Amino acid sequence: MSELNELYQETILEHNKNPRNFREIEGADNEADGRNPLCGDALRVYVKMDGDTVTDVAFKGSGCAISKASASMMTQVVKGKSKNEAEIIFDEFHKMVTGGLDVETEENHLGKLKVFAGVLEFPARVKCASLSWHTLNAALHGEEEVSTE
Amino acid sequence: MSNWDVEKVRKDFPVLSMEVNGKPLVYLDNGASSQVPQSVIDRTSKYLAEEHSNIHRGVHYLSQHATTAYEAAREKVKRFINAPDANCCIFVRGTTEGINLVAHSYGKGFINEGDEIIVSQMEHHSNIVPWQMVAEDRGATIRVIPMNERGELIIDEYENLLNERTKMVAVTHVSNSLGTVNPLKEMIATAHKFGVPVCVDGAQSVPHFPVDVQDLDADFFVFSGHKMFGPTGSGVMYGKREWLDKMPPYQTGGSQIRIVSFEKTTYAPLPAKFEAGTPAIAAGIGLGAAIDYINAIDFEAAAAYEHELLEYATERLADIPGVRIIGTAAEKASVLSFTIDDIHPHDIGTILDQQGIAVRAGHHCAQPVMQFFDVPATARASFAFYNTREEVDKLADAVQKVIEVFA
Repeated sequence: MSELNELYQETILEHNKNPRNFREIEGADNEADGRNPLCGDALRVYVKMDGDTVTDVAFKGSGCAISKASASMMTQVVKGKSKNEAEIIFDEFHKMVTGGLDVETEENHLGKLKVFAGVLEFPARVKCASLSWHTLNAALHGEEEVSTE
Repeated sequence: MSNWDVEKVRKDFPVLSMEVNGKPLVYLDNGASSQVPQSVIDRTSKYLAEEHSNIHRGVHYLSQHATTAYEAAREKVKRFINAPDANCCIFVRGTTEGINLVAHSYGKGFINEGDEIIVSQMEHHSNIVPWQMVAEDRGATIRVIPMNERGELIIDEYENLLNERTKMVAVTHVSNSLGTVNPLKEMIATAHKFGVPVCVDGAQSVPHFPVDVQDLDADFFVFSGHKMFGPTGSGVMYGKREWLDKMPPYQTGGSQIRIVSFEKTTYAPLPAKFEAGTPAIAAGIGLGAAIDYINAIDFEAAAAYEHELLEYATERLADIPGVRIIGTAAEKASVLSFTIDDIHPHDIGTILDQQGIAVRAGHHCAQPVMQFFDVPATARASFAFYNTREEVDKLADAVQKVIEVFA
């Protein structure tokens, strides 16, 4: 069960149970819908900006534990960051879960998001972990929807 | 349990002795694709090693052997479903291609503006979308047979949907997402009272119990080889000659013509008329070998055994607090769909996989069914006659494990 423990870490299970910033933002500057048609995961990400800074970010929707926990932790990490900083983290996160970044040996800004490194061993679940990030990225660029297909 | 030697049968399927993630494979995704016995592997290999060449063309040794083997497979199909004529058994890539053939060809010939096509609420997308396309193209309307909370079609409502505008009833024999066995013979008889033909999706029935298309009086009956212990790329669309003779070709080109000139083309007789291009010859011959395999076992005993297994699995899972069985029809085959509290089926699927257990998690290409039961997806265990009670016990233990992980 060692690989499984690497995927369903305590932190991930806890965020799944009690997702942070799981709400709508009234008067959000940007919002986008993300869908994973294969498994039916669907979420909406809301972003409030002050100039170039993300002052608030939240999400609503339904999905598996991996997608929900990833969205929850994403909102915590991105809040207060500049658009550019958020994009750098998105890029590193994407590389981590698709095998392009070894978080143990290579420099990165992922911090606690490293708990998702285990997803790499579960190719069918990569889209679950990255859905919220793709959706945030769409929202930051003023796009309304994103699909992982 | 019934008189069925499951351990002996398991030895016929090489993959069943495999380990997955360090655990013995427990293969419960038969509804998606069943496993293949050694005899089918051997027959397909023999074709590739000793007979491979194009059929229906060459006068040379290999082509004649390949043609003989391929046409022998068609004869086996005929006997397997008790079709009246082998030439009415059209080889296709699988159920999806077969239904598309029926929908587009029949639609072009017989469906016009204002007509109605009846499908059921429990159909796989492949028995919905082709009909939607045809309806859009021909100006027809789709009507839907509703189902009840157990996942059974409401037959009274079905009868009310039939009228003089109805041009086709497209319905599944066994639901891939719920396991419901529909009362097909009665439904077909009702449609025929209105002069309406019925197209049956038989993908989930032929692997689980004997089917007789003449007894059912089905106008079209479509199924896949890879769900009945044969290779992918094989499948059959059976149709009554009275329809097939009148329907225009679906795909056109090589093999399916009689005379071609730039002014006019005439078509070959059945089955060639509907079989344009070089088919999946190895897959077709493999399907024939799969039918030989089914004929060699006691299929009735296999069906009875499998049904007991489904009932045992249903009891075991229903006993676990938090488990909800989706699809509780009185008549079911093979399929056990379930959810666990608010744990997403993909998480269930991943955790089961880590214990060597293969199930399907998702909407099973039946989104209207998911909408009806108000779930985003389900986990689905689907059984074959080579599964065991011990495997059911492992499934139940693993489901407990899922609940512990998310507790």
